[in-house]
Order: sequence, then C-alpha cells, then structure tokens
Amino acid sequence: MLLPIVLTVNGAAVRVMPGTTVAAAVLLAGSTTRTSVRGEIRGPLCGMGICFECRVTIDGVPHQRSCQVLCTPRMQVATS
Amino acid sequence: MSSGWDVVIIGAGIVGTSCALECAARGLRTAVIDPAGVGSGATAAGMGHIVVMDDSPAQLALTRWSQVLWRDLAAKLPPEAEYEARGTLWVATDEEDLAEVRRKQRGYAAAGVATEVLDSMALAEAEPELQRGLAGALLVPSDGIVYPPCAAEHLLLEASRLGAKMLEPQRVIAAKRGCVRLKNGGKLMTRHIVNACGAEATELMPELPIRKRRGHLVITDRYPGFVHHQLVELGYIRSAHSVTTDSVAFNVQPRQTGQLLIGSSREYGAEDATINYPLLQAMVQRAQMYLPAIRNLQAIRMWTGFRAATPDKLPLIGPWPDDDSLILATGHEGLGITTSLATGKLVAAALTGEKPVIVPEPYLPARFAQGLTATEVLRA
Repeated sequence: MLLPIVLTVNGAAVRVMPGTTVAAAVLLAGSTTRTSVRGEIRGPLCGMGICFECRVTIDGVPHQRSCQVLCTPRMQVATS
Repeated sequence: MSSGWDVVIIGAGIVGTSCALECAARGLRTAVIDPAGVGSGATAAGMGHIVVMDDSPAQLALTRWSQVLWRDLAAKLPPEAEYEARGTLWVATDEEDLAEVRRKQRGYAAAGVATEVLDSMALAEAEPELQRGLAGALLVPSDGIVYPPCAAEHLLLEASRLGAKMLEPQRVIAAKRGCVRLKNGGKLMTRHIVNACGAEATELMPELPIRKRRGHLVITDRYPGFVHHQLVELGYIRSAHSVTTDSVAFNVQPRQTGQLLIGSSREYGAEDATINYPLLQAMVQRAQMYLPAIRNLQAIRMWTGFRAATPDKLPLIGPWPDDDSLILATGHEGLGITTSLATGKLVAAALTGEKPVIVPEPYLPARFAQGLTATEVLRA
C-alpha cells in the first residue's frame, strides 16, 4: 500500500501520494508558481515542460519546472 | 510630401533612429524606412553595453562623447529601456594584464574618464562569483547598460514628435542620386539619403568596405545579484582585433531583470543566422573559466547577430564622395549601440554644415573612397 508523502510549499506542509508532481502539490497548497518580470503571477499552463510558466525553487535550486519533478519526502518548495 | 524629403534614412536601428532624431531636431523634413520596423536587426541582437573603448584616439573620442550623451539621455528614457550605469570591470588575469590596466587607466584619464584599479582582493569583494586568484581589474564606473530596441523606439518616438515620419515597412532596392526606390515600385525623392543599414549596408552599396562579423549571445533565466558589473576580460581586445580567425572572449552582462547575457564570439565569413555550436561551446567554456558557478544557471535562449566591421575598426560616418546625396552611418562593428547617439549628431552636422563637438575626419567614408584600398588607408 502506498503511503502519502509530506513536503512543504512556502513552509506549509502538504500531503500528497507518491507520483504526484510538484506542480500539483503547489496547486494543492493554493499557491501559484513563478512571478513574471512585471510582477504578474503565473501558474502551470502546458503541464509538459514546454512553457516554463510553472517554475519554482526546489530545495534551494531556482527555476525548476514543477510539472516535470515528482514530490519526494521533506522536499522544500518555494514560489516567488 | 511626395515632392521630396530633406533626408530619407534607410534603416530604423538605433543608428538610424538616432540620425532621425537629430535631423528632425534641426528642422529637416525627415523620413525613416526599414523593411522590418524599428530596432529589429543588430539593435535587437546586441548586448547594449555603453562602453568607452580606447583602441585608437578616434575611437576613444567617439565612445567617450557617446557615453556622455547616453548619460544625458538616461533620465528621459522609458523604464523599458532599462538604462543602468553599472560600470565595466575589465578583468586582468596576470601581471601582463595589470600593466595593460595601468596603461588603459592613463589613456582614460587623459580623456576625462575616471577609473579605479581594483587589486585581486578588491575584485573578489566586488564580484564574489569570479574565479579566485585573478590579478585585478579596471573599473570604469561611467559605463552603462541599455536595452537597445526600446531605446531605438524612444529615439524614433522623439523624432516623430519633431515631425519625422516612419514610413510603411518596405524594402529599399536602390538608393542613389537623391532617389530611393522601393520593392513595391514606390519611389522617394530626397536631398539626402542616409544609409544606416548596419551589416546590410553593402546590399545597396556593394563597394563599401564592410564585412559581416557574426556574434553569438546566450541569455539565462533570472538570477539577481549573480554579478553586479559588466564583466569583460582584458583579452577581449585581442579577440576583437584578430581579423583572421574566429575568436571568443569572456563578456557577461547583468540585466535589470536578473538575467545574464553571456558573450562573446567573432566570426568572419558566416553569413547566415545559424548557431555555430563548437564556437558557442568555446564561448560558454570561456565564461565558466571566469565564473565557475555559471554552469549551474539555466540558459533560456541563444541567437546570433551581425556586426558591420570595417578594415580600420572605425565607423563610416559622413558623405560618400561618389554621390552628393549619400551619407553613411554604418560600420560601427561592436560599438553601434554606444556610438549611435554621437553618430546621429555627426550625420546631422554633415547635413547642416554645423561644427560637431569632435572632429569628424577620422570617421569620414572618404578614407575608403575609390581607388584607395583598405591596406593603403591603414598605411596612410
């Protein structure tokens, strides 16, 4: 039986099932992803790694495409 | 209106739009024409580094004047033009470079440009991401950064306010003796024609001593604070001077958005816009030598552009002796953004007979007039 994973999005704990993308976890946390140069909020658009709108910082590494990364336990996700 | 213009400027890059503003400001009936609209050629491809360069006294005079003009313009530029007086750090790797730093400093001082020599420790403090153990650097605080397409748009807008007209995009197929012929069959009659077509200038005037010199640039995602100044290796000058081989030099620029522009490369004989991957790789490796952590950053785009190179490294600004109506404003190689503002003033001065702030002779196209080869000019 699969056990849920707990990670944090902007410091708040989020519980997801294994195989969940970081993009999904960010949406579950009620957050958007990157912020444009002019300060507009952005969210996942294509969901397949092309549009780069879903970028977030994962464990301190900026500009990761959240739709292309699966959640792992204790992962720390930050949106801008 | 169709009965004639005082001046038709071909090319709406930063040089053409600067010429338009200066001509319109002097009351000349001015038209600008470009097949692709404002700021679409090398203006959009270049880095936008406003830099004082000292290869020759003439280059120093032109770039210094231009730098002052940019600083005066800065307050009027819209935020999209992203002007910032970041300063340039000419990075020295060894003692030989440091001697060059001190030579450079004396030359700049003589031209009224204040600079500061940074030793190895001061350089590491100013730019912590730089490789440790570099010898030092020359800081030129008055150098700047701009986003050229938006600056060109601003110049054109100001020119329009003064009465200049941007014509419908249309390719020019011939321009001489006061007549500009368009691809759509149209014809413009004018007292003067300004060829401000950059590296494409030879399409209308094959006799011009201009060669395309291709360059590559890479832009990264946003990493604010990674570097703080425009960083250029002193060897850049050696790279820029080599006229026979392809070359790369370390040249990294922080954009206001936090993005980094990574350059630079120089190639002759490459006439299309494709990427030369081995050269691009050498360019990025050169950047990694100076900024090791740059390998962790994400690049998002790369592209090429064409510099208009002349045999003597100086632009062609002024009348073309074979045709009374023709004025040139091209051949700026890698300094077109910097020297665009001074070019506009020199062109307007040539048209009105006024005396420009600097002596125009070193840039006059007459030095390449018929019968004189480039080698002879260089020897003269």
